[in-house]
Amino acid sequence: MKESKEELVSYLRKMMEIRLFEEKVMELLARNIIKGASHLYAGEEAVAVGACNAIREDDYITSTHRGHGHCLAKGGKLPEMMAELCGKATGYCKGRGGSMHIADVTKGNLGATGIVCSNVPVAVGAALSVKMRKTEQVVLCFFGDGASNNGVFHESLNMAAVWNLPVVFVCENNLYGMSVAANRCSAVQDMADKAKAYNIPSMICDGMDILNVKETIEKATERARGGDGPIFVECKTYRYFGHSRSDPRAYRTKEEEKEWRDKCPIKQFSKKLTDNKILTEKEIDQIEKQAEEDVENAEKFAIESPYPDVKELKDDIYAPSPSELLNGGAIR
Amino acid sequence: MREILYKDALVEAMWEEMERDEKVFVMGEDVAIYGGAYGATKGLYEQFGEERVRDTAISESAIVGAAIGAAITGMRPIAEIMYIDFITQAMDQLVNQAAKMRYMFGGKTTVPMVLRTEGGAGRCIAAHHSQSLEAWIMHVPGLYLVMPSTPYDAKGLLKASIRDDNPVVFIEHKMLYGLKGEVPEDDYIIPLGVADIKKEGSDVTIVAYSRQLHVTMEAATELEKDNISAEVIDPRTLKPLDLDTILTSVKKTGKLVIVSEGYKTCNVASEIAMLVMEHGFDLLDAPVKRVCAVDVPVPMSPVLEDAAIPNKQNVINAVKEVCQ
Ligand SMILES: Cc1ncc(C[n+]2csc(CCOP(=O)(O)OP(=O)(O)O)c2C)c(N)n1
Ligand SMILES: [Mg+2]
Repeated sequence: MKESKEELVSYLRKMMEIRLFEEKVMELLARNIIKGASHLYAGEEAVAVGACNAIREDDYITSTHRGHGHCLAKGGKLPEMMAELCGKATGYCKGRGGSMHIADVTKGNLGATGIVCSNVPVAVGAALSVKMRKTEQVVLCFFGDGASNNGVFHESLNMAAVWNLPVVFVCENNLYGMSVAANRCSAVQDMADKAKAYNIPSMICDGMDILNVKETIEKATERARGGDGPIFVECKTYRYFGHSRSDPRAYRTKEEEKEWRDKCPIKQFSKKLTDNKILTEKEIDQIEKQAEEDVENAEKFAIESPYPDVKELKDDIYAPSPSELLNGGAIR
Repeated sequence: MREILYKDALVEAMWEEMERDEKVFVMGEDVAIYGGAYGATKGLYEQFGEERVRDTAISESAIVGAAIGAAITGMRPIAEIMYIDFITQAMDQLVNQAAKMRYMFGGKTTVPMVLRTEGGAGRCIAAHHSQSLEAWIMHVPGLYLVMPSTPYDAKGLLKASIRDDNPVVFIEHKMLYGLKGEVPEDDYIIPLGVADIKKEGSDVTIVAYSRQLHVTMEAATELEKDNISAEVIDPRTLKPLDLDTILTSVKKTGKLVIVSEGYKTCNVASEIAMLVMEHGFDLLDAPVKRVCAVDVPVPMSPVLEDAAIPNKQNVINAVKEVCQ
């Protein structure tokens, strides 16, 4: 392993934070403290953490409806995230967005979206901007297997290829889009094959193995940053919870779930660290305890935070305009 | 009479029509094994099989486009778009193809399809899952627009929509799927373009549809205590719109309030108010009032969501203003 002990520990810690955060969200949903919907990232932690540790801090990511992991991995803070999910004024989006709209633009997270695939062209546009501004950033574009059946996915790949843009398409293939298995709704089973039609090179990696993800995304990023255009990385992974809270998971078997539970990215990575004598089991327990504490503090922060002031309901719909551009008295 | 849930009334309507006519089939995301995000297609897959109940990929544009293609060649598809917020992705097919083909081809084709979808706020699921975009649909010549508020209306209107030879956009409300109501066991349909007087009254006419009908009924009950007798009309289908029933009521009351969960600007209510002005200005004793959602992307936070969409008090206030 080429990474320092400090780096390796931080990856483990981040994956644990995501897992514990998602388990806490599940609990708060059940207690009706979080209202609404949440698509949980548990099981897929190695993808976001591996990918976001393969890029620079000033690189961009675009996220999805399953975005908590992306946000945390890109440097998002637990309290602000939890507060957002609870619809509180102290949340990342002042409580307006909730789970499906989480964004932390200061950290280069260009945001989650409730509309499947709608951020894929946005990532292409961000990459276009990078190219025009000559900043040598790259854009990591996360999306699911299901999203790759959406029309705008194909338009976006084509545009990125034609304009040779620095975007890394990161497909999180967790085998299902809601209840529909990829093998029932996609003509190819390796989503990476779809890149071929646009002359975009692709790689497939084990999305349950953080170092494998990281290494693959590093290679991809190098190419994109070097000016050789877009690249496609497919990460084979699995979501542990149902699609959303009410999902009975009738479309998949208990055996399949167990098989993937056995490949748990956190367990696997912990074992690698103990096998290589980088950490002891006791140290790993301690790391988990710290992560637990942080998640609990985030919960406390979120619960104690106030709701937004209803007087602010109509703030921020439009950006302010100088008076020479806008008659402030006009109805809008 | 027996009582069933709104979502089960929808299932029954599709079930009966699929039994009656083998050309009727269902397609959409998660409509088969899952039974629909809100359970409105539950059991159809088990009964009719995967040939006639089709799970699709997340391809809204192709879902609607393929429904059109199937419809103009002899089938009667019921396509589902899980949330009306996603209809944006299918708008081209709906607006430029489904709505226009018959007219542009000289009346020589028909597009007998239903696009079932669901809208509205109330679940704190924010700006991409809570909109009421019916005004967009109502704007387009060539589309019918149905928005039932009760299990009885849902079943009768869905059956009529399936049998009709036009593209019908059928919008359910996410907060109504669990609503129970009387639905007869025998076959019945409710024709398109027939409003329903949900409550008779003499002082003011309130037009409300979908979930806001229920908000309005509560308001009307409370208004009785203040000796204001409201007549509540549910148009049920916004296109075709039963203007006669509304005008007849306004003739009696002289006052009109229209309630909608859509954004206020260019709301369905604006159109209804204008129609009443064009056809019954002399009947009005007071300016028409609209009670609509605030012009803001529907926020997630429960306090903001509540503030963004109309509630009972908003309706009461509007009625009191016109009744002054
Ligand atoms: C355009 C659009 N269609 C449908 C949905 C409903 N929906 C939300 S997530 C989802 C499945 C997405 O599958 P995938 O892209 O594989 O991501 P995953 O949920 O598996 O992470 C669906 C159908 C949506 N939000 N947006
Ligand atoms: Mg998926």
